[in-house]
This record gives sequence, structure tokens and C-alpha cells, in this order.
Amino acid sequence: MSKKTIVPIGPYHPLQEEPEFFTLTVEGERVVDIDVRIGYNHRGIEKLSESKTFDQSTFLVERICGICSTSHPFALVEAVEDISGIEIPLRAQYIRTIIAEGERIHSHLLWLGLAGHFLGYNTVYMWAWKLREEILDVMEILSGNRNNYAMFKPGGVRRDIKSEDIPVVLKKIDSIIPTLEMLKKAIADDPVLHARTKGVGILTKEEAIDYSALGPVARASGVAKDVRKNSPYAAYDKVDWQIIVTPNGDVFDKLLLRVLEAFESIKILKACLTALPQGEIDAGIKNIPSGEGIGRIEAPRGECFHYVRSDGTNRPVRHKVRAPTFMNLPTYKATVVGETISDATIILAAIDPCYCCTERLAVRDIKGKHLYNGQNLVKLSQEKTERIRKKYGQK
Amino acid sequence: MNIKTKALLKSPWIFHLSTGSCNNCDIELLDCLTPRFDVERFGIQLVGSIRHADILVVTGSGNRQAMERVKLVYEQAPKPCFVVAIGECSLSRGMFIDSYNCPLPIDKVIPVDIYIPGCPPKPEAIIAGVVKLIEKVKQGAAKK
Repeated sequence: MSKKTIVPIGPYHPLQEEPEFFTLTVEGERVVDIDVRIGYNHRGIEKLSESKTFDQSTFLVERICGICSTSHPFALVEAVEDISGIEIPLRAQYIRTIIAEGERIHSHLLWLGLAGHFLGYNTVYMWAWKLREEILDVMEILSGNRNNYAMFKPGGVRRDIKSEDIPVVLKKIDSIIPTLEMLKKAIADDPVLHARTKGVGILTKEEAIDYSALGPVARASGVAKDVRKNSPYAAYDKVDWQIIVTPNGDVFDKLLLRVLEAFESIKILKACLTALPQGEIDAGIKNIPSGEGIGRIEAPRGECFHYVRSDGTNRPVRHKVRAPTFMNLPTYKATVVGETISDATIILAAIDPCYCCTERLAVRDIKGKHLYNGQNLVKLSQEKTERIRKKYGQK
Repeated sequence: MNIKTKALLKSPWIFHLSTGSCNNCDIELLDCLTPRFDVERFGIQLVGSIRHADILVVTGSGNRQAMERVKLVYEQAPKPCFVVAIGECSLSRGMFIDSYNCPLPIDKVIPVDIYIPGCPPKPEAIIAGVVKLIEKVKQGAAKK
């Protein structure tokens, strides 16, 4: 008879920056089942967003996730512009693309470093993060801050890029290419990395489609899915670039894909900076009409989706966020199960999970039996008001 | 200053606890350990368990899930344990002050010695904060 053991990882674990809780069921060394519990980061951002104006809300959604601090405001302003149906000035579209691609490079490098750290290969970690500092410098020149750029507003961007900054930035970007090449070679040729990551945690193409995996996770499994190409926004249809697709779906492919994507991002960044058109940066949206809008953009981790419903006032009535990790998390069932427990950490990290983007809250009754949804909670609140009214004898 | 505190200040080890943050402060903290800032020069190291740590670094707005655990982690720490709060969220809850899930600021739950403001604070600011903490401990003014 086989004996199953449960290995808990988290919620506050030294390897993870953010709290999340995995339950690995293991038989000997093999993982036979996995369960994930999230919710340790929940801050109620969707609800808070309903109390803020559209302009304030861009700053709020920026703080959903520190690494995707461009993706969420980008998707929000796309959604708000979808409601108002306004055309954005060309220069603003280019500046948005520049900021989004800069973020993609720094996010991929950050993940690359963490992957090295998870594998016990701290040299990769240190090199990748050293290189990332250069990109953060570029972002600081362009936007004034290392993270949380605050460049977006409905109708355009908040800050212009100065023409005297562009040569400095281009020179800095050129200077990181040799180091990135070195990192790429180090990953492609290193026997230790091959042994640890090749054929580990395979997500086949069929599984990627079945689980609706997004972004780099899908592309590493051979699914050419990228919002930037499939339904172009900002300036992505105006510059020349390729979707990177790798066929095998193992951790190595995800590793390589992110490095190759960083090169494509550098290409887009340079093309946008050299071809930056002159003109306005803000369309000056005054009123948001009532209606519904969606914003889809390609975040570093996949498609980021925002839904906004407006009733004609300056605040959203409903704001719904779906971050890419929400779709990528269930692929653990396909990738981790059947692998050894020592490989589980890198497979868990391979989707580049971001739990603070994904946080949700479930409300249960005190015995943990009944699960409440939003309508139930509203009903509960109304019943309480009714009780209090009766108590004080009001009608 | 007793010998324990004196030894502690030579190489203060850090335990990092995220209580519902957006990752940014956590990443800037990790950034301090990487080559450009490299605080390991001064003996500052990130450790895996609170039982090894001298400094508890708290980030995030402290939501309902985290509050009990923050208290628990602080109680498990060997004393003296100094607490550093990083980022606007852990100082005053920042823009999450009206949220239904962030009931209290961190310093109402555990005693905080150093507050490092910013959203996120730069690595330079974090290092400056830790230096100030060391000064404070030397003067004997830190909470324990």
C-alpha cells in the first residue's frame, strides 16, 4: 500500500516574496497532487476602485502589482478609452509602448534571476539583477521613478519624453545588449541548467490550449498567442517585431523564451524611441459617457484584462481585473503532478506567478460550509439594516 | 550596550515578511542584496527563518489574513528583535486606508523602530534606514 504525505509550502516561505500556500501531496518523492491557496495579499482593490475617479484609479491599479505596474494602468486606460471611443495622439501611443516594453525587459530579467535563485544557481541571479539595474535607470530617466511609473492617464500620458534624453537612453540600451547576449549563451549552453530544466514540467500544446494558458507560458508550449499581435494596441502594429515561440513547453523553453523576448522588447524600444513622432500627448478626455469597456494588453506574464462599467459619472460602477496568473495557475495540475519534489519549486516558479495580481477573496460562513457570493452579501447587509430599523422603530 | 547587542550590530540578519504588499518594496529589498547595492558587504543578510533574524522587515498594508501571523512571527523572534517598516502601505496603509481588508496599520500590532517611506522606497533609502536603526540601537533608544 502506498503512503501519501502532505508537504506544506508557505504561506510565509523564504523562497517566495509574497505569501501563498501550496499543499503538495507526495508519494515517496513524486508529487501526486497539488493545491494552491491564495488570498494572503487581498486588499480589495476592485471595490476601492469604485470609490475613486477614473484618474485616481490608474494610480490605484498601479499598486496591484509592483512588477506589472504598467500593465494594469495600461489595461484600465484602454478600457476607459473603449467606453469614450476617443482617439489617442500618436506620440502618446508611442510613449505608452516604450514604457510597457521597458517594464517587460525588467520583469523578464527579474524572473530570470529568481529562476536561477530557485535552482540554487545564484550567479545567474546576481548577473540578471545587475543587468536589470541598467533598465531601471532607463526607466528612471524616462519616467522619474524606478518602479510605479505613473505615466498613464485616460486619454494619453502624463509626462512627455524629452528629446535630449533619447540619445542617452539609446546608448544605455545598447550597452546592455552584450551582457544580455552573454546571459543568453550562458543559459543555452550551460550543462547544469540543461540537466535541471530540460524535460522538466512539460506543458504540452494541447494542455496549454485546454487550460487557456496565457503569455510566455502558452508561447513556450508552441501556442503563438500574443495580444500585441492578435489585436494590436498602442504602437505595436507600427514597428517591426516577431512573436517568439518555443515548441517543448518545459522549464528550459520558458527560460529561453523570456530571454529571447527581452531581445524583441529591446528592438521595439529602440524602434519606438528613434521613430517617436512629434505632437500632443493628451487627448483631453473631459467626460466619460455611460457604457461598458474592456482593455486587453499583453503584460509580461500574459494577457491582462480589465472591464469597466460607467454610469456617466466620474467613477466606475464596476471594475473587474483579471490578471494573467489567474489563468496560468491551474496549469500546475498538468506540470507539477508526476515530477519529483525537488523539481517542484522551479516548476511552480516557471509560470512567473504573481499572486498579488491574482488575489481573490471567498466568504464562507463560520462553519466553512456555505459560500457567499456578492449578491448574498448585499442581501445579508440589507437584512441587517432591516433588523436595525425594526429595533429603532423606523419605517 | 551589552555584548549581545554589540555582536548583533556587526551583522544584522534580516527576515522579510510581506503582509499583503504589491511586491515592489519586497523587490527593492532584494535589490539591496544584488551587486549594485550589495549590503552583504556590511554583514546584512536575508535569512529563511525568523528564529535566525535580528531585524524583522515588514512590507505591505497588513490585511486581515496577515495580522495574526505578523503577531505570531514577532513573538517567535529571539529578542532583541528590531522592526523596520518599509513602504507607504506598512506606514499608514497608503491608498488602501479605506479598504475593507486592511483594518490596522502595522505599528498598532507590533512595535516598529524605523519607518522607511516611499512607494516603493529606493534601495538607497532602505540602506539609509537600516543605518539609522543601527545608530538608534547604539544610543539605546530602540524598542525591543
